[in-house]
Amino acid sequence: MFTYILKRILYVIPIGLAVSLVCFSLVFLAPGDPLSAILPPDATTELIERLKADYGFDKPLPVQFGKWVLRAAQGDLGTSIATGRPVNSEIAKAISNTFMLAMFACGIGFSFGLVFGFVAGYVRNTWLDKVVTGIAVTGVSLPHYWLGMVMVIIFAVLLDWLPAMGAGAGGSDAWAWDWEHVRFLVLPAVTLSFIPMGIVTRTTRAVVAEILNQEFVQALRAKGMDSLGVFKHVVKNAAPTLLAVMGIQLGYLLGGSILVETVFSWPGTGFLLNTAIFQRDLPLLQGTILFLAMFFVVLNVLVDILQSIFDPRIRR
Amino acid sequence: MSSTATTPLVEVTNLSVHFRNADATVHAVNGVDFTLNAGEVLGILGESGSGKSVTLKTLMRLLPEKKTTIGGGMRVAGHDVLSLDRAGLIAFRGRVASMIFQEPMLAFDPVFTIGQQIAETVIQHEGVSREVAMARALEMLERVQIPSAKRRLEAYPHEMSGGMRQRAMIALALACKPQLLLADEPTTALDATVQIQILLLLRQLQKEMGMAVIFVTHDVGAAVEVSDRIAVMYAGRFVETGDVRTVIRKPGHPYTQGLLAANVLPGTGIHAGKRGDRIEAIPGAPPNMVTLAPGCAFEPRCKWAEERCGTKVPEPLPSADGGAAHLVRCVRAVA
Ligand SMILES: Nc1ncnc2c1ncn2[C@@H]1O[C@H](COP(=O)(O)OP(=O)(O)O)[C@@H](O)[C@H]1O
Ligand SMILES: [Mg+2]
Repeated sequence: MFTYILKRILYVIPIGLAVSLVCFSLVFLAPGDPLSAILPPDATTELIERLKADYGFDKPLPVQFGKWVLRAAQGDLGTSIATGRPVNSEIAKAISNTFMLAMFACGIGFSFGLVFGFVAGYVRNTWLDKVVTGIAVTGVSLPHYWLGMVMVIIFAVLLDWLPAMGAGAGGSDAWAWDWEHVRFLVLPAVTLSFIPMGIVTRTTRAVVAEILNQEFVQALRAKGMDSLGVFKHVVKNAAPTLLAVMGIQLGYLLGGSILVETVFSWPGTGFLLNTAIFQRDLPLLQGTILFLAMFFVVLNVLVDILQSIFDPRIRR
Repeated sequence: MSSTATTPLVEVTNLSVHFRNADATVHAVNGVDFTLNAGEVLGILGESGSGKSVTLKTLMRLLPEKKTTIGGGMRVAGHDVLSLDRAGLIAFRGRVASMIFQEPMLAFDPVFTIGQQIAETVIQHEGVSREVAMARALEMLERVQIPSAKRRLEAYPHEMSGGMRQRAMIALALACKPQLLLADEPTTALDATVQIQILLLLRQLQKEMGMAVIFVTHDVGAAVEVSDRIAVMYAGRFVETGDVRTVIRKPGHPYTQGLLAANVLPGTGIHAGKRGDRIEAIPGAPPNMVTLAPGCAFEPRCKWAEERCGTKVPEPLPSADGGAAHLVRCVRAVA
């Protein structure tokens, strides 16, 4: 068990290196020069050369990469070209906002998804199952940004119950846990919750139905277990798969949704990525992508470890 | 066999089980009658699809209620099984009657330890603490002769061999000292040497604990090994019932005769090659359970078939030379 966990953690190092190489080179594959965005059109060659030297763009690519990785490993992702602030602090701010949004969205999506999925799995092929599965499929199929705009029209414009944009007065720096601020979370969180809700419902339904069809469930009934006793077995058997799916969904949401964060102007990582792309802010873009990629790697390891705790067969 | 003054432990009268599917009705069991006394072992012998598992599952009310029609009556240890409610069923299963299965790997939950799975049964039925339940689990594992039982308590099903798993399954089934054990082909999935060990263990535990056993198998050798009485099942009916000696020595039904010719019988004087060496002794296809024939279901495959066989299902009648306890559903077996 312990060696398994250690092994999984050590795997992060080579994967991390590969991921950073991809992040670093991806950006250079795109056409255009990152400096041209901030330079005046009539900039002298001298100025261009100086700026290139300042940002290290004059060195050969492998050297640039080596320096970048070394600094990144120490937690320094460079300086944003657009704002002049450290990429780290830009990401940190955005993360806390995306994190908040993702937690709310997952809280809503997972709760409904699990309840719907277990109900549908237990009563599969009845009308109730069909209703619940219908809701789930609809939730997954609706385009996010469209749903977001519909939400805005209904709840912000027509009913005027909730705000449509931003993170409240003073932006994310002035965030507080009161209704004045939290109400800004509601619409984006509900919008984002539809996909995890749908996916968790579908997966749970399939997994629960599959488990209930297994012979051991009949054996449990044959030894006189009551419904609650059987349910405990279903839950523990379903847990590895459900945890994996929920982990991945949480991961997606923690990665930030460019579209939804843009629709609601929510200052998270998706919004940040969007800004970095449109401003050609190379260090910010590389840093944000690397951070998000590493985040997914670590998340997968955590999910693997959790699964191995629930299912003893995985450890071998 | 025990005296007949007391009422039998199990009384099954005219049991029928039909499954309604979308397109057809499957007649899985078509009028089964038998009684079983406490401490007695009944072997149900029949080929695959003859309705053996369905008969056992019906006794435990394990079949999907919506698509199943059950007719007739079943009494086990004073319980009218068909009219038990939810709570009654929970108290009945595992405590009055227990079941073991063909594939112990599939019958155990893969993500709980053997100890947990035995203990939860004890907790469910006796409301004891975890410690007491675990102590019982250990006692049961020792009872079924699992080596280093204490360590096995913490083992997961996949960490054990097939034979050990079946022993653990038996330990689980007997943990609450049931009066009736239903064994559904418990040795079919095991190696030949392990099969014999499990059969001997079952026989020994059955004697020690004095419980009744219904042992289902398609293996004549296994049935002979453990049974006091044998019922031969064909197309959802008992076509022949009698004590082991009589059925083996003087099989009255042509189907039983065919089965015996295809099997090796240890210690019966009938020899027909190596164990597991199946000889095609009964020509023809197994019966169709959807459109039941009006007469004897074996008639299409029977070399003695006459005209009267196809008109009416033969009643179980005492055989010509086997006495009143030997019932055969064949027009030829009756004098
Ligand atoms: N749940 C079910 N639904 C429909 N048909 C079933 C079901 N269970 C068993 N059957 C049918 O009932 C017949 C008897 O099956 P079974 O009792 O399992 O045979 P066996 O003697 O091999 O144990 C078979 O034709 C089988 O297909
Ligand atoms: Mg069977």
